Amino acid sequence: MMLQLDAEALYTELREGVRGLLKPDAVLVGIWSGGAWLAERLQRDLGLPGGDKGYGVISSTLHRDDFGSRGLAAGNDPTRLPFAIDGRHVVLVDDVLYTGRTIRAVVNELFDFGRPASVTLAVLVDRGGRELPIAAAYAAAKLALPATQRLSLARAPDGEPGGAFSFTVTNKTTE
Amino acid sequence: MLSRRNPQLNVHGELIHLLSIEGLPKAVLTQILDTAGTFLSVNDRDVKKVPLLRGKSVFNLFFENSTRTRTTFEIAAKRLSADVINLDIAKSSTAKGESLLDTIANLSAMHADMFIVRHAESGAPYLIAQHVAPHVHVVNAGDGRHAHPTQGLLDMYTIRHFKQDFSQLTVAIVGDIVHSRVARSDIHALTTLGVPEIRAVGPKTLVPGDLSAMGVRVCHSMEEGIKGADVIIMLRLQNERMSGAMLPSAGEFYKSYGLTPQKLALAKPDAIVMHPGPINRGVEIASDVADGTHSVILPQVTFGIAVRMAVMSTIAGNQA
Amino acid sequence: MKILIRNGRVIDPGNANDRGRDEIADIAIASGRIVSIGAATAFDADRVIDATGLVVAPGLVDLAARLREPGQEHEGMLESELAAAAAGGVTSLVCPPDTDPVLDEPGLVEMLKFRARKLSRCRVFPLGALTRGLQGQALTEMAELTEAGCIGFAQADVPVTDSLVLLRALQYAATFGYTVWLRPLDAWLGKGIAASGAVATRLGLAGVPVVAETVAMHTLFELVRVTKARVHLCRLSSAAGVALLRAAKAEGLPVTADVSINNLHLTDVDIGYFNPDMRLLPPLRQGADRDALRAALADGTLDALVSDHNPVAEDMKNLPFGEAEPGATGLELLLSLALRWGQDSGLPLTTTLARVTHGPVRVLGDALGSLASSAGRLVEGGVADVCVFDPAVDWVVTPQQLASQGKHTPFSFASTGMAMPGRVRATLVAGTLAYELPAAPGGNT
Repeated sequence: MMLQLDAEALYTELREGVRGLLKPDAVLVGIWSGGAWLAERLQRDLGLPGGDKGYGVISSTLHRDDFGSRGLAAGNDPTRLPFAIDGRHVVLVDDVLYTGRTIRAVVNELFDFGRPASVTLAVLVDRGGRELPIAAAYAAAKLALPATQRLSLARAPDGEPGGAFSFTVTNKTTE
Repeated sequence: MLSRRNPQLNVHGELIHLLSIEGLPKAVLTQILDTAGTFLSVNDRDVKKVPLLRGKSVFNLFFENSTRTRTTFEIAAKRLSADVINLDIAKSSTAKGESLLDTIANLSAMHADMFIVRHAESGAPYLIAQHVAPHVHVVNAGDGRHAHPTQGLLDMYTIRHFKQDFSQLTVAIVGDIVHSRVARSDIHALTTLGVPEIRAVGPKTLVPGDLSAMGVRVCHSMEEGIKGADVIIMLRLQNERMSGAMLPSAGEFYKSYGLTPQKLALAKPDAIVMHPGPINRGVEIASDVADGTHSVILPQVTFGIAVRMAVMSTIAGNQA
Repeated sequence: MKILIRNGRVIDPGNANDRGRDEIADIAIASGRIVSIGAATAFDADRVIDATGLVVAPGLVDLAARLREPGQEHEGMLESELAAAAAGGVTSLVCPPDTDPVLDEPGLVEMLKFRARKLSRCRVFPLGALTRGLQGQALTEMAELTEAGCIGFAQADVPVTDSLVLLRALQYAATFGYTVWLRPLDAWLGKGIAASGAVATRLGLAGVPVVAETVAMHTLFELVRVTKARVHLCRLSSAAGVALLRAAKAEGLPVTADVSINNLHLTDVDIGYFNPDMRLLPPLRQGADRDALRAALADGTLDALVSDHNPVAEDMKNLPFGEAEPGATGLELLLSLALRWGQDSGLPLTTTLARVTHGPVRVLGDALGSLASSAGRLVEGGVADVCVFDPAVDWVVTPQQLASQGKHTPFSFASTGMAMPGRVRATLVAGTLAYELPAAPGGNT
């Protein structure tokens, strides 16, 4: 049975959930790539300080724990934090929370830039299957998926800014 | 003759050793350059370390002295959180007659994960790569006159940084090319990345005709070689050349092939001047040029650390 | 022991005076000599070798094989290398004088010949040193050395740099009719480690230009013109060298020359990723040079094909290219590589075999003494040095299975992926079985 998830509807929920998490002077940081799209729209929709480009993007590339088996991901690392981290309340945003390893890597990367006052996590979907003690302060949806399936956020058309969100479920082939 | 797989690549075409630029596909070179860009931004952060090589031991095995190259490799490895061991070969057991392969075997028994090797004999890193365990990686920091691939890569990074598009460039390499591993690596990288015009400039004793088989245009006149160049790579002139009856004196070399402001004026107005270092002022390059606005010699050094971080992290992540 | 080799294809390359033979025949051997070649009806043999489907040829004569004795007696070098010769169908070999100590004393030569004779595997013809210690200064006692058994005088890989000394040495040798064997390599131009060209340039290896060979040849030919000395050129490597040789022979100069199995089959491209098995003297040159060498061997301009056997020790080879000792094992490959060249060049088997039997014997000339009339031939009444081989079978070179202690060869299956044509089944020296291919388990001869 095909999973039906309305990404746009969930985004609306997420927006309100994130609004509730924002402390004064907090900053939004989206996890590359799905979280970055969400952060870009949230920045605009919530009218956060710093303008449309005032949100941060962070990548887990340099701190992943599977470097030994999968090697370094190709291409440029997109981490871009246009604000100081020291003493800031950081709200991390991601599309799907699963094992928690990406969050662990991202938090390590974040701490390379400074010492935040706090870090909270908001996600569109929490699909369970945690392998580390990591939790989202807000999740627009909670569901269980078999380990053989991968859930990812897509943006139409082809990742262009301003496009509508949707979810895709793919079956994992051996990696 | 059986055709051999390039020993630098595993069966999936991924880089496991960096021995030479020759034979590497363009995609591999480009990926390293892109990754170097990432590390360049890491080097601007307060915390310049990433944990990619944490717990790994990197052994600097320099059979030929070079403090500067060894230092940049050490900095690069440490920024990747590796443990670095520097081996002073002259004082070590090799001087007592231990063979190269015995040295490698002994060090491997100390759980070395990566060897950075500089050796006076062309081809030495290939011998080493053939004899290390599957999980051990080898980086060539310069072998005889054959290759200096990390220098070639950082030179390409420098060119890409200042010129962006390789496909329209004229590059002149000037000096003692026949003895230069930097020149060979640069030539292979430039041809792989699609540079249409590469000129090798110098006297016949230092720039022999059969260099053209590598895809360069041999020029014995500096004026002809520099004219309209976008990039000028000056090579270091070594003193041994005079004793080998290849050149009468440094002074005469400077007169014909030294890069002075007057000669530089023949190149394009926005030409960049590069040099692998250390520079010999007044021998291959005038001080005014080395310190002038066209010179990108210092950025080359900065890029060098990022490029070496990219190389080490790339190969460490691939299995044999 | 009376031996009958029955029903084989007997090939005798012949000489200028007779066309030799290529026919199915029996060979009867007694007292170290060939009693008859033909249908052997009433020969009461102690041992019969069934040579049906096999070729029966004269034992191979290899003009260049290092035995490393004197010098490495403690490693049983003479035993292993002569066993390798026999396994390769080689019944006579010439060894260069760069032993330790150098072969410049009659006593050393006598000892070597004595030890080799006792082993009865292969005849050994040593070259004496041309100069004492090969130092290129003082002459050796050439007459004494000849009496002890030297068949000529040489400098191995050590060029005589003083041209006056070289002139005097050739004059002295010419007085007695001794042949001087020299590598055509200029001492200074020849200092590099790989042949000059695109490959050496790309790999960053110091080059040996062709002029290193041609300059030396010009010098030698001038000295030959003046002294009338007989000179044998060891291991030509270039097309230009071949051209000079042709002209010298056409002029009537008393020169002969050989080529090694390595330069006959390989080029500088085979160096690959700095494979130290390709570190050789002379260096491997380009395709055009190889083609010229092959053509010159075919038309007889090059008189002989040699193995240039050198059992380099493992720890002298497993080094970076420039540090590795040049040389490769070759005694067990000479026949197969001759056959391969002959097949590639479309030559009759008699011509192919001539280059490793009769051709080398002609180079040795009078120095062989009474052997000269029958060595390298199969003649009734002549010496029974025979090589029986199967031309139809291929084998692969697995270094560890070679009899020689030299395990490094550019022709290993791992390097070439190619099989070798022709397998030696039996080798006889002076009518005694020096080697026989072990029967395959599950038994077929």
